[in-house]
Amino acid sequence: MKEIVVWAEQKENRLQPVSLELLEKARELSDQINGSVVAVLMGHQCRPQADELIHYGASRVFCVDDPCLSFYQSDLYPKILARILSDISPEIVLIGGTTIGMDLAPRVAAKLRTGLTAHCVNLNIETIDGKDQLIQVVPGWGGNMLVKIICPERRPQMATVRPGVMEMGKPDKNRRGVVIPVAAGVSEKDIKSKTIEFIRDSSEDISIEEADIIVSGGFGLDSAGGFALIEELARAIRGEVAGTRPAFDQGYIPEFRMIGQSGRTVKPRLFISVGASGAIHYTTGFSKSKVIVGIDKNPKAPIFDMADLGIVGDLRKIIPCLIEEFKKEDPQK
Amino acid sequence: MPIDIIVCIKQVPDPEYFDKITLDSATGTIRRTGIPVITNPADRHAVEEALRIREEFGGSVTVLTMGPPQARKSIDEALAMGADRGALLCDQVFAGADTLSTAYILSGGINLIGRYDLILCGNETVDGSTGQVPAQLSEFLGLPHTTHARRIDMIDDRRAVIERVVENGYLRVEMELPAVVAVLKRINTYRLPTVMGIMEASQKEVLELGCSACESLGMNSCDMGLEGSPTRVAEVFESPQRRRVEMLTGEPQEIAKQLVRRLHQLDAL
Ligand SMILES: Cc1cc2nc3c(=O)[nH]c(=O)nc-3n(C[C@H](O)[C@H](O)[C@H](O)COP(=O)(O)OP(=O)(O)OC[C@H]3O[C@@H](n4cnc5c(N)ncnc54)[C@H](O)[C@@H]3O)c2cc1C
Ligand SMILES: Nc1ncnc2c1ncn2[C@@H]1O[C@H](COP(=O)(O)O)[C@@H](O)[C@H]1O
Repeated sequence: MKEIVVWAEQKENRLQPVSLELLEKARELSDQINGSVVAVLMGHQCRPQADELIHYGASRVFCVDDPCLSFYQSDLYPKILARILSDISPEIVLIGGTTIGMDLAPRVAAKLRTGLTAHCVNLNIETIDGKDQLIQVVPGWGGNMLVKIICPERRPQMATVRPGVMEMGKPDKNRRGVVIPVAAGVSEKDIKSKTIEFIRDSSEDISIEEADIIVSGGFGLDSAGGFALIEELARAIRGEVAGTRPAFDQGYIPEFRMIGQSGRTVKPRLFISVGASGAIHYTTGFSKSKVIVGIDKNPKAPIFDMADLGIVGDLRKIIPCLIEEFKKEDPQK
Repeated sequence: MPIDIIVCIKQVPDPEYFDKITLDSATGTIRRTGIPVITNPADRHAVEEALRIREEFGGSVTVLTMGPPQARKSIDEALAMGADRGALLCDQVFAGADTLSTAYILSGGINLIGRYDLILCGNETVDGSTGQVPAQLSEFLGLPHTTHARRIDMIDDRRAVIERVVENGYLRVEMELPAVVAVLKRINTYRLPTVMGIMEASQKEVLELGCSACESLGMNSCDMGLEGSPTRVAEVFESPQRRRVEMLTGEPQEIAKQLVRRLHQLDAL
């Protein structure tokens, strides 16, 4: 049987949504290669999450429950995951591209001496020279292109995917599966790099992924006199502020508000992009929004290939009018 | 107790010119002729952090890069910032390396340099590779690692405490040295090279290491470069993610009114 493994990330015994999104993707891929979906869960007292993983589509869950696994440990987690993967020799391993997943996945890939593709925006199976290959799609350089990466010879084929990129499936309590307890087989003395505590820090916080309306600004705001206009527009429309990588580099927005391949992936009801050219690295971060509005002074900007509604013009003239119009709609703001 | 630090730095195309870069779809490699290069931004912060630690504890800072001969420029820049010496891993055999192979080759460079208590990397490069090298490097070296570091507190030459960013907060990590730590840009603000620094840099030693030096350590050239890379570019294609755009035209006030009306019709407000 060809296995597709999803590493199930939990934090404080809550499964991270990206792992559930990947389970749904794994189910879809497993249909194409006639395989089965396996989840690997690690933590302390995490057994209840194993059932949840079955409801989301795993037919087997390897559950490693040990007090020394309550926080992510960069010595232990990769060691245990690599050991389990060596035992079951899966075809494919999918890991959420969180700050933890991005630490775990490369170390595991190196242990297994196999390939790893970061920040995939699409995954599917194609038969190449008679062999099923995982096609891992990542945004390419600059222009509007995508690159397909494969790992032709070695197995497993490993990929990381950012939260929000894949669609989450519906849980089904009638799904059956087996939970296989696995001993951690490690001890405190294996730990050379030891996480001792998690400190919540609201400056690292806010989940822009949950916003219904997002107003996102790009480098164009620099020449047009700063980000204040965007903030006012966001207030007027009760949305959250976000931006492109240049906007982050200029210090207008904190990192967690940066949209795109190396930032956050969002799918709000309304996404308004202002003064951003629309490079694919940026647009992959919001391409699944319900309605996209693009505002840019350059009529040839690629953002207009991505928008439902487009406005060509100087944002310094357009945005104040928009603010006024939205305020009429919602006089409290 | 002095602390000897190796910093891995990479030369990358200047992000300002990214839209001028094209991919050679035949070979799957990047066509970057004429594109200016810079030192990867996060790596400059890694160099700064190393200099900061040396200033406090004494010791040395060696910068290491794998790349074409021109990558020497990034080494010179780090030497001008204050690093003590450099090492350039440069060989035809290294060309086309993916992250696994890059990490393998870098581990060779580090073993050739020999003495170190701490290895610093940038958390990720801006040119498409995305933060995989540091953890893979630590695997080849058999060392502990921590990525996403926003703060490093050295206790002594055997231990450090790292603040490691996660979603909604950070983890406090105690590390035994030697170790690999990948730093975020926000960890510090880096200094610029001074005229004095630039003058002194030309006196500093830069090792040139090739494949044969790595092989003398028992490393295998089959694991290097394109041959040693498990991943391949299969194809490059146009983005299919397009929408049919409806352009709103007229005077700004008119456009604003139209937009609000259309957004209501689309049930987007
Ligand atoms: C591996 C990799 C990963 C990346 N990841 C990301 C990512 O996650 N997120 C991201 O955003 N980028 C990312 N990038 C960078 C990306 O390729 C682009 O460089 C970036 O998105 C461009 O940002 P921008 O649109 O703000 O700036 P620009 O491309 O400079 O666009 C500015 C726009 O503003 C317009 N403008 C200027 N003045 C005005 C005015 N007065 N009124 C109206 N319009 C005006 C201009 O016409 C222009 O279209 C990545 C790049 C690489 C190589
Ligand atoms: N060719 C290279 N030479 C030296 N260091 C590198 C190289 N490639 C990657 N690195 C280091 O690894 C970090 C992360 O790179 P990446 O995984 O490519 O995003 C960089 O910030 C560098 O510190």
